[in-house]
Amino acid sequence: MTFSPDKLNKVQEIIARYPEERQKSALLPVLHLAQEEFGGWLSVEAMDYVASLLQLEPIEVYEVATFYSMYNLKPVGKYVFEVCQTGPCMLRGSDDIIAYIQQKLGINVGETTPDGLFTLKVVECLGACGYAPMMQLGKFYREHLTKEKIDAIIEECIQNAAINN
Amino acid sequence: MSVKLLLDKANIEGIRYYDAWRKNGGYAAVEKALKMTPEAIVDEVKKSGLRGRGGAGFPTGLKWSFIAKPEGVPRHLVCNADESEPGTFKDRYLMEFLPHLLIEGLIISSFALGSNVTYIYIRGEYAWIPDILEQAIAEAKAAGWLGRNILGTGFDCEIYVQRGAGAYICGEETALIESLEGKRGNPRIKPPFPAIKGVWDRPTVVNNVETLTAVVPIINMGGEEYAKIGVGKSTGTKLISACGNINKPGVYEIDMTISVEEFIYSDEYCGGIANGKRLKACIPGGSSVPILPANLLLKTAKGETRMMNYESLSDGGFATGSMLGSGGFIVFDEDQCVVRHTLTLARFYRHESCGQCSPCREGTGWMEKILKNIEFGKGKLSDIDLLWDIQRRIEGNTICPLGDAAAWPVAAAIRHFRDEFEWHVLNPQESQVRNYGLAHYADERNVVA
Ligand SMILES: Cc1cc2nc3c(=O)[nH]c(=O)nc-3n(C[C@H](O)[C@H](O)[C@H](O)COP(=O)(O)O)c2cc1C
Ligand code: SF4
Ligand code: FES
Repeated sequence: MTFSPDKLNKVQEIIARYPEERQKSALLPVLHLAQEEFGGWLSVEAMDYVASLLQLEPIEVYEVATFYSMYNLKPVGKYVFEVCQTGPCMLRGSDDIIAYIQQKLGINVGETTPDGLFTLKVVECLGACGYAPMMQLGKFYREHLTKEKIDAIIEECIQNAAINN
Repeated sequence: MSVKLLLDKANIEGIRYYDAWRKNGGYAAVEKALKMTPEAIVDEVKKSGLRGRGGAGFPTGLKWSFIAKPEGVPRHLVCNADESEPGTFKDRYLMEFLPHLLIEGLIISSFALGSNVTYIYIRGEYAWIPDILEQAIAEAKAAGWLGRNILGTGFDCEIYVQRGAGAYICGEETALIESLEGKRGNPRIKPPFPAIKGVWDRPTVVNNVETLTAVVPIINMGGEEYAKIGVGKSTGTKLISACGNINKPGVYEIDMTISVEEFIYSDEYCGGIANGKRLKACIPGGSSVPILPANLLLKTAKGETRMMNYESLSDGGFATGSMLGSGGFIVFDEDQCVVRHTLTLARFYRHESCGQCSPCREGTGWMEKILKNIEFGKGKLSDIDLLWDIQRRIEGNTICPLGDAAAWPVAAAIRHFRDEFEWHVLNPQESQVRNYGLAHYADERNVVA
């Protein structure tokens, strides 16, 4: 388990942003890189690799990886639906959207479809309350969700997965 | 007529990019500021009356004057772009659409504070925004506004974007500093304050995105002119992110002389309650501030018109008032359930508690559990008093203000909507199939409708 030369350069570039001997500051950004590179989640092996890159004790990496909600410590599906369930989204119908996705994908919150394509998560406020209901899908937000939009997004994911396989 | 100081250029084509920004008066403030002394900039900010836009409303100029200047120790400015308070999405708007406004504000503020390396700490979920900011930084650098010896002044400045990874608590400034150091976001005990010992034990100022963008018009127009806009100690303009059951959710810039009623009902802002419904309640300053029923929202307890500013929104204290907070304005129509909304907030704070202090760690969990019972028809009347008791024991007994932030929404919901909680307990079946409705919270507008 190693980064590509590109990613290794990126790591060096990140470390250079901080004073000398403070490369621990690079931990959050490098964990993001590792999660992207190694299949969307952080295995113990991936965390140990990050520890060795930044000359940290493995425990320093584990305690950070377990604190922040964006790091997945278990494998996830290819497409992770992270639907906001906090008050302002609730006022605009997020509960119905979550129920609809569960029904449509045949999974509960926290589960992954058997084909490994979709994971459904609920998350807390993502700073998009005015465009509710909403979810994060990969790098971007999908906002003003309706049942029709959910159908279209699922279709889009299936198509993309077919092309990329 | 509304004054726009931050969003005035938001609709110009291509304004996200350097050329359009520069053509429309961009970087004039940096040019002007770098000819001033750092002390003179701090003075202008003091004169402007600018108060921190992150939620606490602390005077920015005063905060800047506290930064320690020990010989030979670097100082840092850190921009707080963690924006995770439910109801708040204004900083995102600024960064996404007007990145150069923030970069300008950061250069000027870095110069004033003597920060040669400045960080923007942005919440990890805003995953596409670092690209926008980094492009703006690269453009500014190419044009000579960043880097070494800027405009021949001898001032060096670099700006780096650091992504968080999903933790509301990292918006608290000492937790943010811990996170920037690559650790868990556990708030530090103060003192020492960041102005003395912040990131890597160096003197540090943490300011909100909107605060730092406001420095640009302050330099352009002068602190005194800026202070003439608004009213009393609410000077300048404020961004309000409006959401919930209104016709036009979005980010609005207001000068703080308009009434709450105008903000909700005028077409220039929220455009009224959605679907022709009536107003029930509102949380006017982000999830942490007290919810107000419609009657107390539009008028203070003294019967005066409630205005959209720091003083008026907090008029009456927590008994009958609320706070401007972060400007996250959450509107409830007549069909919304206050118990259910309060439950989502209790869950939020339980999820986001860092766990260092027992009153916060345990108390938020208990509150969520009890609220869940009440919401799902399994509550007892004594649970309402128990909730009150728990929130009271959290408030003021924790390391950081997240404890208070978790306690206040529960306290205010019980204070103003106790009958709705009681109705849930007394009607366990009915409360599963319908909401309590408006009850007696109607403002005059509601009665007519
Ligand atoms: C739990 C908690 C979360 C906070 N989140 C944010 C935030 O997301 N953004 C922000 O600017 N300030 C946040 N603050 C306030 C910061 O601690 C700090 O006061 C602010 O960044 C100072 O900047 P200002 O003076 O420019 O407002 C938070 C405070 C607490 C207690
Ligand atoms: S009040 Fe809560 S969030 Fe703040 S330090 Fe204590 S446990 Fe952590
Ligand atoms: S409550 Fe869902 S994005 Fe804020």
